[in-house]
Amino acid sequence: MSLELSSVKADLDAFCGAPLAARGTGFDTVWTVPAAQAHGALERLKSRHGFNMLADLTCVDLQGFGKETGAPSPAPAGARFKLVYRLSALDPATGLLNARLALDAWVDGDAGPVSAGDLFPCADWLEREVWDMFGVSFSDRPDITRILMYPEFVGHPLRKDYPIKKRQPLIGPPDGPPRERLTEADLRPRIVE
Amino acid sequence: MKAHESRSYMLNMGPAHPAMHGVIRLLLMLEGEHVLDAEAEIGYLHRAFEKHAENDPWNNVVPWTDRLNYVSPLINNSGYCMAVEKLAGIAIPERAQYLRVISSEVSRITDHLTCVGANAMELGSFTAFLYLLQAREELYRCVDRLTGARVTTSYTRVGGVKGDMPADWPDMVRKAFEKVRSTVKDADGLLTKNRIFVDRTRGTGVLSKEKALAYGITGPMLRSAGVPYDVRRAQPYLVYDRLDFEVPVGETGDNYDRYLVRLAEIDQSMRIVEQCFAQIPAGPIQSPDQALPGSKMSDLGKRGMTADLLKAKADVDPTLEGGARCGRDSVMAPVPDATLPPKEETYGSIEGLMRHFEIIMWGRGITPPAGEAYQAVEGGNGELGFHVVSDGRDRAWRVRVRPPCFFNMAGLHELLKGALVADIIATFGSINMIAGELDR
Repeated sequence: MSLELSSVKADLDAFCGAPLAARGTGFDTVWTVPAAQAHGALERLKSRHGFNMLADLTCVDLQGFGKETGAPSPAPAGARFKLVYRLSALDPATGLLNARLALDAWVDGDAGPVSAGDLFPCADWLEREVWDMFGVSFSDRPDITRILMYPEFVGHPLRKDYPIKKRQPLIGPPDGPPRERLTEADLRPRIVE
Repeated sequence: MKAHESRSYMLNMGPAHPAMHGVIRLLLMLEGEHVLDAEAEIGYLHRAFEKHAENDPWNNVVPWTDRLNYVSPLINNSGYCMAVEKLAGIAIPERAQYLRVISSEVSRITDHLTCVGANAMELGSFTAFLYLLQAREELYRCVDRLTGARVTTSYTRVGGVKGDMPADWPDMVRKAFEKVRSTVKDADGLLTKNRIFVDRTRGTGVLSKEKALAYGITGPMLRSAGVPYDVRRAQPYLVYDRLDFEVPVGETGDNYDRYLVRLAEIDQSMRIVEQCFAQIPAGPIQSPDQALPGSKMSDLGKRGMTADLLKAKADVDPTLEGGARCGRDSVMAPVPDATLPPKEETYGSIEGLMRHFEIIMWGRGITPPAGEAYQAVEGGNGELGFHVVSDGRDRAWRVRVRPPCFFNMAGLHELLKGALVADIIATFGSINMIAGELDR
């Protein structure tokens, strides 16, 4: 039994107070929701329409999009980061998909929406990755931690303004300053008296 | 007499622990032998796959996808190329689709053999491990014969696959399957009713349906919990809708069920490959007297003597020389602005040479229209998704990998809470974490 996305859309339009921009069809449907209402939209989709799985949450940095090719940037004025929530409505009995849906949410600056961790527990790690790689924060997670990079890392590597060849100092010994390069003395085992 | 004292303590497991499959760190809060809480720390194998993928042309990313899930690299190769093809609107030839399915399924078998074997070894059954890895080696030899490498396969290209399979390849695979079947039977005899194995896996690491869905867990882990979700069935891609296969499911979602599901899936994958060999459309019809040794064909081609070569068939030897030439049109979509022409055209005509360089040169290359696409495939561990964004350049604007392991690991603490320290080994082994895919 597949899900009728048009009625879901009507419900979400009513919730957000304006018709959502839509593109794609079938399992590739993408709707754009205001970031402030992303959590509410996810909650509605989960509780009323059976979207029971957050298949993915990721971010795209659109800074400089189309600068070389002239392709129009899909970002609204002033927006840089886009969060993509990818949802599945999975029928646990048959294992078939009733629907698939992606929600785009344009983030204001780098201050992201409320965490979706209360709806989908896997959002915890996904949001940590978004913060780690893009520096997009989630308003109710002020002490969010990195997940793939180490805590001493400075910056957010998947941002477009983070150069791919940039090197960060190696973490030095705990009692000294960070080092740019290891010396032979660092590699020699130290004899502790 | 001193009163009994109980207090909890923290224990670090990993990142360099022999049972931690690569590098991962588990922070455990223990009381005696009981796990009160667990937290996984990941990222030790982060190699910036997604950043690299934004900085090199589309096809150059294929070799990096090998290094995501390195026990089933061919599935990653296919998944990535399918996402780019979806974005660029390229339809690939049917023979290439079958070859992708065959190679993916062979990879799935190697993935499951590794997982079951390593899991058994960690629970004390070294014999089963060696048997299963011997069978895997047979399959790796097949992969080597097809792609030129055991693990770093890089078999697909945007628009098709690198080369057709050698003529003797189906027989080689069938022979390897005999070995896999007998090995799986041996492993089944060694493990399925083995008291030690059953005691360690039955009822440990239990994952409920609800928890699995909440954590976005897919693949054998979700199926062992009783949800028959398989991307090949729920959202068929390539030619999976033409193939007859079953989706094995478990009942309780414990380690034992995951083991059984994986064993059953090995069998189903072999069924799929055998059906594919029966169904695969023939390559170009060539008379055998036109067959040339691949090396000779290469030499002639490089010297520009290409007039008759386009019709000739390369007799591919184990060095694979000439393998990317024969029947190229049947495994590569003839899209002038996305796929390389056959080498004979490159060396033999100015149009071919221009077409070659239009794709190879820095800043030219494949330029899909601006937009984005998401393609999910069934990886060894679950739904492997590639989300690609293009702004019309010869390289990606963004490539996002949805690694199935990431979700399995995010839910790991739920499986470990309340268990014993010894169960960690069984549970961690059965979720088949692959650090290359997890950390990217």
